[in-house]
Amino acid sequence: MERIFCRPESLYDVPTHYCPGCGHGIAHRLVAEIIDQLGIRERSIGIAPVGCAVVAYNYWKFDCSEAAHGRALAVATAIKRVRPQNIVFTYQGDGDLAAIGTNETVHAANRGENLTVIFINNAVYGMTGGQMAPTTLLGQKTSTTLDGRDRGKHGYPLKISEMLALLSGVHYIERVSLHNPQEVLKAKAAIRQAFENQINNAGFSLVEILSPCPTCWGLSPKESLDWIRDHMQKEFPLGRIK
Amino acid sequence: MLQQGQQGTVIPYKGLSPNGDCPLLSLLSEVSMAREKRQKELTKILITGNEAIAAGALAAGCNFYAGYPITPQNELIAYMAKYMPGNGRVFIQAESELAAINMVFGASAAGARAMTSSSSPGISLKQEGISYMAGADLPAVIVNIMRGGPGLGNIAPAQSDYFQATRGGGHGDYHTIVLAPACVQEAYDLAQRSFDLADKYRIPVMILGDGILGQMMEPILISCKAPAARRQNKQKPWALSGCKGRKPNIIKSFALAEGALEQLNLKLQQKYNIIKNKETRFEGLFLDDAKIVLVAYGTMARIAKSSLTRMRLAGERIGMIRPISLWPFPKQAFCPRNKKIKYLVIEMSYGQMLEAVQLALNGRAQVEFLGRSGGGVPSEEEIINKVRKIL
Repeated sequence: MERIFCRPESLYDVPTHYCPGCGHGIAHRLVAEIIDQLGIRERSIGIAPVGCAVVAYNYWKFDCSEAAHGRALAVATAIKRVRPQNIVFTYQGDGDLAAIGTNETVHAANRGENLTVIFINNAVYGMTGGQMAPTTLLGQKTSTTLDGRDRGKHGYPLKISEMLALLSGVHYIERVSLHNPQEVLKAKAAIRQAFENQINNAGFSLVEILSPCPTCWGLSPKESLDWIRDHMQKEFPLGRIK
Repeated sequence: MLQQGQQGTVIPYKGLSPNGDCPLLSLLSEVSMAREKRQKELTKILITGNEAIAAGALAAGCNFYAGYPITPQNELIAYMAKYMPGNGRVFIQAESELAAINMVFGASAAGARAMTSSSSPGISLKQEGISYMAGADLPAVIVNIMRGGPGLGNIAPAQSDYFQATRGGGHGDYHTIVLAPACVQEAYDLAQRSFDLADKYRIPVMILGDGILGQMMEPILISCKAPAARRQNKQKPWALSGCKGRKPNIIKSFALAEGALEQLNLKLQQKYNIIKNKETRFEGLFLDDAKIVLVAYGTMARIAKSSLTRMRLAGERIGMIRPISLWPFPKQAFCPRNKKIKYLVIEMSYGQMLEAVQLALNGRAQVEFLGRSGGGVPSEEEIINKVRKIL
């Protein structure tokens, strides 16, 4: 019988530490499947972030580096410049990429570094207990916005993907979601595009993934998926941005 | 009495020549002797200390540099911008010191000989990245051409980052090797040695100079051959290169499991103990009959040596110790012949290396101090006056 589904070679056969209903497991798998499909596992180098995915290298079966909080794109820039033949990508959360690391993100994009960025937007700081992230929605309650995010006190959800799309150095940006199987397949296609761009030396490519965090949202896994559909994607519309 | 040792050069007093020249207390003896042997292969050039460090890095096969402008080290980044590109070398002007040090982290993780440079406020920003590199066992060379602090301070030369440099600087129980050149030739030589030490021990190495050394021009001898490729492609099986034919490599300082971080720290401590035993360096001058021993490093040692020469010509028995490695500190240089020997520590800071000297002597001799900072530099006269007060 033909085997049509199995664990990607790029994933270790180990359980992850993620909470039930978390999107990281899906996103990790999509990255691993694409790396397998493109046949680039043996020349891939991943940069794990600081945040819930800090030990992504325990799940991905290829070379990986850690990076200090927010500095993944500085680390990735240097690795790619030193080893242009390797496929280098970062995997970063919203706090990492769009708050503490905004400067590194903007300048790596503006230099047009030939890198792939997987940007997980779950609208909170998950690892540290659900504080306000730059992408937290207006009105969203977090452990540091007890009455909900207030535009007067906390500003607006930061649309970093739209900001980056303004930069001449950026080649490709798409926002996708994990809230249902159809969207997961679209996310996979976007991730594939972002890696193919690097293989073709096309330049800076970023996929923003709206991803559920039931634990910090105080919702069930099912409710979390619906919350992305009903609230999050209104603030962060899906589709090709550049 | 201390004799010439493996890690220190001690020159006994045999009188000065009529013009007052005393042995050049500024060159690593083995390096200068090797240099004399191959004079014909060498070219004499006039160059600033900043450029000499850059030239030394190129000669050592440095193939990645990232930096951010800051005075008084700008000649270094400019030299790298001019000479790094090509031949597989990478130069990046980073968006910040934070980005620059993390680029060095990445380049080193990928197996490159990587360097960054800055001056005091910028080095404070780099401490996060240096701590990560220490924890991840990554080699790198970091240059600090010190200026006055604290805060924005000014752009005048200072030595007030001694504590930061020698005590780790960032968070966690770690050290970097710290080397302090006293002249432009030594800046060139130590830049090369720094890359070898960094790779040998997989540790960040800091070159600690000051604004005078960085800006000062002196003639130096450099190899006229192409930069040595011999060291550049040293095998680094731990580096990230893609996992073809091997298990995946991971570069990290994170150790969450119970007991894992303690083990990581114990390994670091083992490494530091080896370095303490093997990599201390200093020069000693006229310690055989000296009643007062001046202790100074870097630019301050140059001025102290001028004071010493004048006092020797006046018949006063003065010696000198110049630490070259500030971490590990050359404790073995401090062995007073008797209890009457006094040590005078002279710094462009307010008593930072002083503590290392006091620890090295552990009460065996009297230790005095002379220091200025914030752009103030102790003069020859101030040193002589201080010596005469305590003689």
